Amino acid sequence: MKQVAGLVAVLGLLVVADLALRRVLSPYQLQVVVLCGINVVLAVSLNLINGFTGQFSIGHAGFMALGAYGSAMFSLNLGARWVTKLQGLGLPEPIAAAPALLMALLVGGLLAALAGYLVGLPSLRLRGDYLAIVTLGFGEIIRVLILNIDVIGGARGLPGIPGWANVFWVGAGVAAVVALSRNLAHSSHGRALFAIRDDEVAAEALGVDTTSYKVLAFVIGAFFAGVAGGLFAHFLSYLNPNSFTFIKSIEVIAMVVLGGMGSISGSVLAAIVLTLLPELLRPVKEYRMVIYSLMLIVLMITRPQGLLGTRELSLAWLRRRRPAREAA
Amino acid sequence: MSEFLQQLVNGITWGSVYALIALGYTMVYGILRLINFAHGDVYMLGAFFGLFAARWLGAARNPGPVQAVEVLALAMAGCGVVGYIIERFAYKPVRRSSRLAALITAIGVSLLLENGGILLFGADPKFFPQVITPRNIALGGGVTISNQQIIILVVSLGLMLGLRFIVLYTRVGKAMRAVSHNHTAAALMGISVDRIISFTFVLGSVLAAAAGVLVALQNPKIEPLMGIMPGLKAFVAAVLGGIGNVPGAVLGGLVMGVAEVMVVGYLSPTYRDAIAFVLLIVILLVRPAGILGKAAAEKV
Repeated sequence: MKQVAGLVAVLGLLVVADLALRRVLSPYQLQVVVLCGINVVLAVSLNLINGFTGQFSIGHAGFMALGAYGSAMFSLNLGARWVTKLQGLGLPEPIAAAPALLMALLVGGLLAALAGYLVGLPSLRLRGDYLAIVTLGFGEIIRVLILNIDVIGGARGLPGIPGWANVFWVGAGVAAVVALSRNLAHSSHGRALFAIRDDEVAAEALGVDTTSYKVLAFVIGAFFAGVAGGLFAHFLSYLNPNSFTFIKSIEVIAMVVLGGMGSISGSVLAAIVLTLLPELLRPVKEYRMVIYSLMLIVLMITRPQGLLGTRELSLAWLRRRRPAREAA
Repeated sequence: MSEFLQQLVNGITWGSVYALIALGYTMVYGILRLINFAHGDVYMLGAFFGLFAARWLGAARNPGPVQAVEVLALAMAGCGVVGYIIERFAYKPVRRSSRLAALITAIGVSLLLENGGILLFGADPKFFPQVITPRNIALGGGVTISNQQIIILVVSLGLMLGLRFIVLYTRVGKAMRAVSHNHTAAALMGISVDRIISFTFVLGSVLAAAAGVLVALQNPKIEPLMGIMPGLKAFVAAVLGGIGNVPGAVLGGLVMGVAEVMVVGYLSPTYRDAIAFVLLIVILLVRPAGILGKAAAEKV
């Protein structure tokens, strides 16, 4: 009952936020907010694989691409028809689009999850950097395949995707992935993932089925990367394989590491910071990326454990800090 | 058949460039367990340093082997310095932190070199002067090889043999091998681990610079982002051969170069970037430690 109330409250808040932000912000600012949200979903989902389980994946853009193209193809071929039918019944567009978009995101997520399963399987045999390089290879293979499939636009890109995603949907995606990560972290399954991260051999000796947990982390992480891809596709209405290069995967990793491996709030914070930073640096445009990369290096040198380390930002933590400071 | 042999010649030439870059990856990995993402960008810098050296020497006006050697040497020296600076100011401070922090630092350095390159050299491609006048030499059976290809092959082979000599037969090479086994034990034996690490970076960067100049001789269009893909593929080549293993890197590079040229020749150029990774996944599924790598049993 409490959970249902929480869900209703979150959804209500998101509707209000969506309507309010649309009035207050310029289209550019709105786009930055939505991109922040999409990057948060990506970072938190990668945190499940890299931060929780300690498996090093650098192919997150590949999962995102699968989700983006999968959901876009669904919407173009099927979802759009659903929406016209529902609109024929007299429903306004945002509501009529809801089931189609939800389905599209699910299709994209499941497609990516399937790929996550396939990539997770070699983690049976590969460890550390070898696994990393296989995930990297996977991401690149996906991109090259997309480039070569003409039905989905190839190198020209895929235009005309219905622009159903908005602050509400992105917010719902963020809420879903954060809630799932949090619950997972506090469950026995989450403990098993942490155990694998801390010492795989010891975890196995204690009876943790390391293989299936590693694959599980890949599947869940990939699913949400796919959802993020779907949101991305339905927000920008246009997809291009160049959005999903190895650089995109690197960006997401930078978010996870900068936030602090394994910290959900850290990933959220770092995703927002690293999305806003290049935007805020726009006035100094030619120095933008140079400053960005310098800051990344300096941050890693000064705070190698990430902004939050493995801690979580929470009200209880803030409350505990204050007396400590007063005592000192 | 002659077409196949021609592709093989081209593949081996291209592969030896990958091998030169892969050597830098594999040495740094062997010693620090760090994927030096900035290595591909050092290769890019090598090409640009070569360009500046060639302009400075006026090598475009009077091309010749002496000028070519000077250009190569200056580019290699320049990148050696860059390699030293990168190690000293970016990697050394994070060496005691987690490997991931080091990796993100490497990514940061890579982005810095790319975007710094765009800022300083401009994003538009530059043309590398023809230091060597191109000429084709028939090998018989319809196979031809250009003198540039011969230079690439000879210079890379020479550098690889030089590296092999350094690693196997000199004091510093012995120290490198010791450090790659165990930092602490090496330090206890009186080896200055810091200096060996710096030396490794310089050595790797010098080889990458040579690769950059050699490639620029054949494909004169150079730009600040040219290092990303070759860098990535050279790393894949190093993993393919068994990362941390010097002969493995050479073998991996050659396999990769030949495979890539064959795919472009017989399948489709659009799959060029994918073959490297398909090959990698297939080989790693069969031999998880790479072709020449030794599977390390985990000690508890």
